[in-house]
Amino acid sequence: MSTQPASTSINPFDENRETDYLRAKKGLMSWLVTVDHKRLGVMYGLAVLFFFLIAGLLAILLRTELFTPDQDFMSAQTYNQVFTLHGAIMVFLFIIPSVPAAMGNFLLPLMLGAKDVAFPRLNLLSFYIYSVASVFFIAALLNGGLDTGWTFYTPYSTQSGTAVVTATAGAFIAGFSSILTGLNFIVTVHKMRAPGMTWNRMPLFVWAIYATAVIQVLATPVLAITLLLIIIERVLGIGIFDPAMGGDPVLFQHFFWFYSHPAVYIMILPGFGIISELITVHSRKHIFGYKAIALSSVAIAVISFLVWGHHLFVSGQSELVGILFSFLTFAVGVPTAIKVFSWIATLYRGSIVYNTSMWYAMAFLWTFSVGGLTGLPLSTLAIDVHLHDTYFVVAHFHYVMVGGTVVAFIGGIHHWWGKITGKMFNETAGKIGCLLVFIGFNVTFMTQFFLGHQGMPRRYYAYLPEYQTMHQVSTVGSWILAAGLFWIMIYLIASLFNKSRAPANPWGGVSLEWHTQSPPIEHNFHETPHVHGSPYDFPEIDKSAGFHAPH
Amino acid sequence: MSQAHDHAHGDDDHNPFLAHHFDTMGQQAGAAKLGMWLFLATEILMFSGLFLAYFITRMFYPEMVLEAHEHLSKIHGGVNTIVLLTSSYTMAMCVRSAQTSNTAGIKRWLLLTMGCGGIFMFVKYLEYSAKFEHGMLPGKYYSAHLHGYEIDGLPHIFFGVYFMMTGLHGFHVLIGLAVMTWIYIRANRGDFSASNYAAVENTGLYWHLVDLVWIFLFPLLYLVK
Repeated sequence: MSTQPASTSINPFDENRETDYLRAKKGLMSWLVTVDHKRLGVMYGLAVLFFFLIAGLLAILLRTELFTPDQDFMSAQTYNQVFTLHGAIMVFLFIIPSVPAAMGNFLLPLMLGAKDVAFPRLNLLSFYIYSVASVFFIAALLNGGLDTGWTFYTPYSTQSGTAVVTATAGAFIAGFSSILTGLNFIVTVHKMRAPGMTWNRMPLFVWAIYATAVIQVLATPVLAITLLLIIIERVLGIGIFDPAMGGDPVLFQHFFWFYSHPAVYIMILPGFGIISELITVHSRKHIFGYKAIALSSVAIAVISFLVWGHHLFVSGQSELVGILFSFLTFAVGVPTAIKVFSWIATLYRGSIVYNTSMWYAMAFLWTFSVGGLTGLPLSTLAIDVHLHDTYFVVAHFHYVMVGGTVVAFIGGIHHWWGKITGKMFNETAGKIGCLLVFIGFNVTFMTQFFLGHQGMPRRYYAYLPEYQTMHQVSTVGSWILAAGLFWIMIYLIASLFNKSRAPANPWGGVSLEWHTQSPPIEHNFHETPHVHGSPYDFPEIDKSAGFHAPH
Repeated sequence: MSQAHDHAHGDDDHNPFLAHHFDTMGQQAGAAKLGMWLFLATEILMFSGLFLAYFITRMFYPEMVLEAHEHLSKIHGGVNTIVLLTSSYTMAMCVRSAQTSNTAGIKRWLLLTMGCGGIFMFVKYLEYSAKFEHGMLPGKYYSAHLHGYEIDGLPHIFFGVYFMMTGLHGFHVLIGLAVMTWIYIRANRGDFSASNYAAVENTGLYWHLVDLVWIFLFPLLYLVK
């Protein structure tokens, strides 16, 4: 992409920088009332990582309790509350806002060549709505916990003595934050693109965030009304989900999964976007199948609304409906496979640089592929009857959510770390961290496929002795994974105290975020950039062009 | 190659209502309108959950719904329908006034619209009071049989759905009244003109949606056959 950032080009190694967004204004208040998308991205980043830490520690407690078949240090009721909060916090406060709200906020306007998102004040409001939601979750945690599982299935959720109303209110409020962020991003992509930034010149991360935003806007309102109905059901007892009062509990499952299955793609699509960027930049090669990858994100967004029934294969829906949902679920495999094959084709004969970010991209290709492929047996009606509600399902969605989204998120943090913080981390430390995460993750969850296939049901605090060996392997794996994540936290924090500053473009990227200094100035670019080509035209491809875009 | 983005925005550069991150008033208004349409889409989806709940209730218990709906006041519902339809007209005239930089018109039509909204809420109050008095309440609070009204089946579900739908709709009317008050204050300040009326237009779009939802609620709840 030959881009003209300003009348004078920015030399990435120039030490005469201007005041960046981190130092543009001083004091705590300047952060609390900021409308700068980059600062909001950083604030979201810190908030989601805080909840990742809390929910991660809960997971370690769960795995440690499962080290022996009998009760160790948690009662059944405590165990129920811990796995519920682990799931609910991970889903509503970490993974849904993780890539879109944190990285999307930081990168989207930069990648589009805009000064900010379309509605900066709405963006700040989204952050505060998210904060209020997290207060509700913390209140639920302190006020009797929650033991329904993150899915709030009725009729149990209308009878449970725990803080269901507080927690569902928290999820309800978090939903509005998600809706407003999605709405903001859609309008930003439509209206804020720099001159020359046509739809087919947008980085694939932007396409992925756009498809995600469409799902956020269209699916989340249904979750809102569902959770509202749960609250009303508990407060007024209207009985719409309660069979004892003439209602239908399966109706709740339809309502819930109509949102929550598309929400799975809210979680994974942004991860796809990160991987598209990582693979192409670090293999110095134009992405294979740009349009196919871009449109497959949209295709996944569309199909995601038509597959919710595969969560109800054993809930008593009709056989015909089950067959249709099974078929539609298989259909998701097509656009997903298009992405995976395009990434592999991009690597083919590329000049691959094996740095930390690329390691994460490679780890993602393995873990996500395992996660995606194990979805196929689950979408097969007859096999699902055997595997439903077992550890096989647990392993499957952890391979997609952790092996997919979290690995991509961490890879993305490394890729854009210099841009966000202005500091570079230690590559060797980064690779050690990636290796620990990869090994720890696979040891933890690969084992659970076998456990589930042998019949270990999910959500139990105790189990039969024959499962003990595999449970112990899984638990040790979770400790390795936790060690890896703490290791990453330590060297990333340490990097902030580096004296040397990150160059504007450490990886030789072409998309617009690399055309401004690291960290960027408050208004991103001195002058609105003009865009003349693809974000993946690396100079190595066209030897006649220098890296610093011809003028 | 072309120079960095031009500065030829003409008068827009001097418009005090142009936010720093937009290049032109047209871009700003386009963004605001697209944002509003997306928001309206989320509203429709949120209400669609309740409509689905309504249809399932009606499918499960057709006779009960038919019998229970007889206790809703067609007069109150009908009056409110006419009031809301009128308010959509006054709202459209308000937007028209903004487009022609007629500040006095904005304020006059806005007050009329708010008046209609007020009448709607007053009628709603009368209607709800009657339901409360007759014990026609949602779920476990349903006690109409103690007040001499016998409805066969499970009418507490119908009244649950009725109060959820009309309650959420009434809440939207109240939000609309609050937003219109804010728009009135801004109009009074002289914020709106032919070059800056996106806020008035968006308020209008929202109000029309509130009207539209009622257009569906009225026949579904009050005119069941």
